[in-house]
Amino acid sequence: MRIAGKGLIDRARPVGFRFDGHRYEGFAGDTLASALLANGIRVMGRSFKYHRPRGVLSAGSEEPNALVTTGLGPAQEPNVRATTLELHEGLMARSQNRWPSLGWDALAVNDLFAPFLGAGFYYKTFMWPRRFWERVYEPVIRRAAGLGALSGEAVTQKYERAWAHCDLLVIGAGPAGLMAARTAAEAGADVILVDEDTVCGGRLNAERLEVDGRPGAEWAAAMAADLAARPNVRIMTRTTVTGAYDGGVYGALERLAHDVAMRPGAPLECFWRINARAAVLAAGALERPVAFANNDRPGVMTAGAVRAYLNRWRVAPGRNVAVFGNTDDAHRTAADLVAAGVHVSALIDARPHARCDLDVPFYAGAQVCNAQGRHGLEAISIARASGIEKVQADCLAMSGGWNPTLHLTCHMNGRPAWNPDIAAFVPRDGAIPGMVTAGACRGDFSTRACLEGGARAAAQALETLGLKAPEADIPKAEDSAYDIAPLWAVPGKGRAWLDFQNDVTVKDVKQAAVENFRSVEHMKRYTTQGMATDQGKNSNVAALAVLADATGRGIPETGTTTFRPPYSPVAIAAMGAGAQGKGFAPERFTTSHAASVARGAPMIEAGLWYRPSYFPKPGETHWRQSCDREVGYVRGAVGIADVSTLGKIDIQGRDAGAFLDYVYTNTFSTLKVGRVRYGLMLREDGFVMDDGTCARLGEEHYLMTTTTAAAGQVMRHLEFVHQCLAPKMDVRFISVTEQWAQFAVAGPKSRALLDDLLDAPVGDMPFMGCGEVTVGGVAARLFRISFSGEHAYELAVPARYGDALFRELAARAEGLGGGPYGMEALNVLRIEKGFITHAEIHGRVTADDIGMGRMISAKKDCIGKTMAARPGLSEPGREQLVGLKPVGAVKELTAGAHLFEQDAQAVSANDLGYLTSVGFSPTFGRFLGLGFLRDGRERHGEVLRAVDHLRQTETLVEVQDPVQFDADGGRTRD
Amino acid sequence: MRITCPICGPRDRREFYYQGAAVAIERPAPDAGAEVWDDYLHNRDNPAGETRDLWYHESGCAAWIVVTRDTNTHEVMGAELADDAKAERP
Repeated sequence: MRIAGKGLIDRARPVGFRFDGHRYEGFAGDTLASALLANGIRVMGRSFKYHRPRGVLSAGSEEPNALVTTGLGPAQEPNVRATTLELHEGLMARSQNRWPSLGWDALAVNDLFAPFLGAGFYYKTFMWPRRFWERVYEPVIRRAAGLGALSGEAVTQKYERAWAHCDLLVIGAGPAGLMAARTAAEAGADVILVDEDTVCGGRLNAERLEVDGRPGAEWAAAMAADLAARPNVRIMTRTTVTGAYDGGVYGALERLAHDVAMRPGAPLECFWRINARAAVLAAGALERPVAFANNDRPGVMTAGAVRAYLNRWRVAPGRNVAVFGNTDDAHRTAADLVAAGVHVSALIDARPHARCDLDVPFYAGAQVCNAQGRHGLEAISIARASGIEKVQADCLAMSGGWNPTLHLTCHMNGRPAWNPDIAAFVPRDGAIPGMVTAGACRGDFSTRACLEGGARAAAQALETLGLKAPEADIPKAEDSAYDIAPLWAVPGKGRAWLDFQNDVTVKDVKQAAVENFRSVEHMKRYTTQGMATDQGKNSNVAALAVLADATGRGIPETGTTTFRPPYSPVAIAAMGAGAQGKGFAPERFTTSHAASVARGAPMIEAGLWYRPSYFPKPGETHWRQSCDREVGYVRGAVGIADVSTLGKIDIQGRDAGAFLDYVYTNTFSTLKVGRVRYGLMLREDGFVMDDGTCARLGEEHYLMTTTTAAAGQVMRHLEFVHQCLAPKMDVRFISVTEQWAQFAVAGPKSRALLDDLLDAPVGDMPFMGCGEVTVGGVAARLFRISFSGEHAYELAVPARYGDALFRELAARAEGLGGGPYGMEALNVLRIEKGFITHAEIHGRVTADDIGMGRMISAKKDCIGKTMAARPGLSEPGREQLVGLKPVGAVKELTAGAHLFEQDAQAVSANDLGYLTSVGFSPTFGRFLGLGFLRDGRERHGEVLRAVDHLRQTETLVEVQDPVQFDADGGRTRD
Repeated sequence: MRITCPICGPRDRREFYYQGAAVAIERPAPDAGAEVWDDYLHNRDNPAGETRDLWYHESGCAAWIVVTRDTNTHEVMGAELADDAKAERP
């Protein structure tokens, strides 16, 4: 019911919205919860387990009951708290965990079975038969209990992530936070002031308190305006600091206002990482409910929430309101209700010594012990010394005192301390390095104490930054003492709720204690208290107080569970913003990408790169036909392949040769200028790291190539060896992988093609020679190297000419009876020739395993040499590289198949090795494979079983030399 | 977590590649013997407290640095270039 008065709503801007299909109206500035209450809607959800009707409990982000689902399809968002959901035109919200409707929910029958559904009931009930758990029990339980559901569709809305830096981060913009921010701003610090609400002010927006002689909300707005005008202050509202991390890093979730988020390209939410040199935590406090029978009736809410709805949103949550508490807040609430013209049917103060100066029915030293009204509160029962009295009320404002919002101080393992004066946990100083606490979050509850505390905390933080805070001018404000009589649970029959969201009652916690789950961590897990989306914000302290009582210990001895990030729920989409799809795996394209795609080549991933698989021709129906044809180009005419993805590292310096001798097993300092050599690189533990060619372009200038896969690793390795092991060497490296486009021109007609294309004929460049050439006037590099076993070259041009050169090469090759070839043909060609890739050098093979043991030079030290000499790395019994060909009835080989003796069972005990690479060789007209076989070099000619357990295939293979094509290398050299 | 690169200043740890214990910069002589090499390559302390790690500023200046930090508190006490860290040793 809306009442007169200004509040923080804009009555000139009505807003239409829908809840469960019905149309309602509220005002700009409303939350969904305040607008629903204004429309007389009290039931906003159903509880998790018992499906009890629930109304709103709070007015903030801690809300456990009023959770709704918004949006449809990919935009569907479950468990949105109605208390923080800003009302906007066209909002459509739906209630959750009910069927068929919120008013009549079939599973409310669970409530009748409550005696059987207590803590741990499913561990005890659904034990037999065992296989029923996964198939029957769990799915049924999951469907019956729960909150909102996801749509199952991928998110299409935009989320963002961003970084921010500041001298001082102020978390919370209530009186303490505002004072801290202004103090720091005046000292010249760069300040970020963050608050989860839409406006600054904190509790000042919800109370009738005055600051500096003005209404608190007005003072806060003026402070915020003053701060916003300063160049060294940034105010971030709608932003929740969700976690405190190492080194002054804070995670924060910013929700954009609906009208902003709806702009084209705008995100819904932004996840911030804020780097702060120092921080002030001024997060306030959360009011705790009192546990009594049926305290979950719609209409029972915290007293602070009632005041917030009254003062901020001008909504009376009831016509006939009772107030129950154990501090002066109960009286403040009653006074606010009276001032707003709402009838107060009872003011119940649990403190026996309490006095009342209001003209309302007053019960001192009494407690509310029950609540009636299934779909909304109708009456309460008041227990007093003289007996139980029933009083009519459609709303109960309850307060069990306040818990400081100290969650962030626990994120780095900090443990709070118990303060008996306020019957609450308070943060310990220094729990987060660089963070100081101020105001209600450290247990200072009066407005004046908050204002003072904010200024003091800022001064303290500024000192650590070497800044001097000006003398703070603390405004006049209320400074009443906090007088509390601890009250957790009212004794009596019936279920008294502690954790509203997970349906955990006082009885459940006591049951846990009886069953010896006495540790607070065990109790929590057994009862699920504090494990819902509110993470126990409303229930933790009360639950552990009940546990302490049940186990005969004090609260400090019982201790608390650990608060972990995030403070309030964060969508995974926000945390992972920018890291999906291309953000997770950026695409790297070669210069020939467009031309390859235009030729219809399917592009396959090679790390982040995309490379053509094959280039289909009209009439070809299977990739193998294309591959076979392309192999034929290289063996019979000339083929063109983009090899730019191989890592290229430019190495220069006086000690470049000596350095290469140190990282390669073989010698490069003796390589002549204009020559290329194949090099093998080991890890320090003696296993093969990578291989490739290295060209000497000048006396002090080399160009190393790495495999595509290991380019980054090799670069890192070179820097490591230089900076950490050989810092005196005069040598520098830079990656030029993306600066040069490089193409293989391979086949018997390769030289003819190049003679015609280059500005000057190739001449008599020897095999493994290199030199500078020009093509169309462009300076280029030519290397006579071969990965196919044919007479071949690689031609490199600056990347900007790559596209043009590829098109030209491909066209000229086609004129000579050849054409471009893809990764499939490249793979077949190298298997025929016994050349290895990372399928073979997979991290567990030594130089000796691949037949290159003699490449480790005896004349010098190199990385990996000492450990490669370990007896276990070269002695008999190791698996060695071999070639394999099928000789049985089955003609196909599969990579991954394992090798066994013909008469042996195909089990791991008899395993002799495995296939690493296979391909159909059109040159030989059969499959060929490479693999590793125990003592393989001595077993050429033997026939073994190759069994692929995964694909359920088996064939017989003959062992042979890895080099199956042109063993003497005549075709490469001629 | 933030690391102060001696060349670039304080940076987000995402810019760095983590290698492992800074032992890796003290490569033994080839003839130092199997035990020394085993210690160098494989045996690592697991300290509760101060530890020295090798990090690579991969998305920055490509410097290899030795970071001293506390495994109990996660505090980063300092960082120096690997070359400088070696030079300090006798």
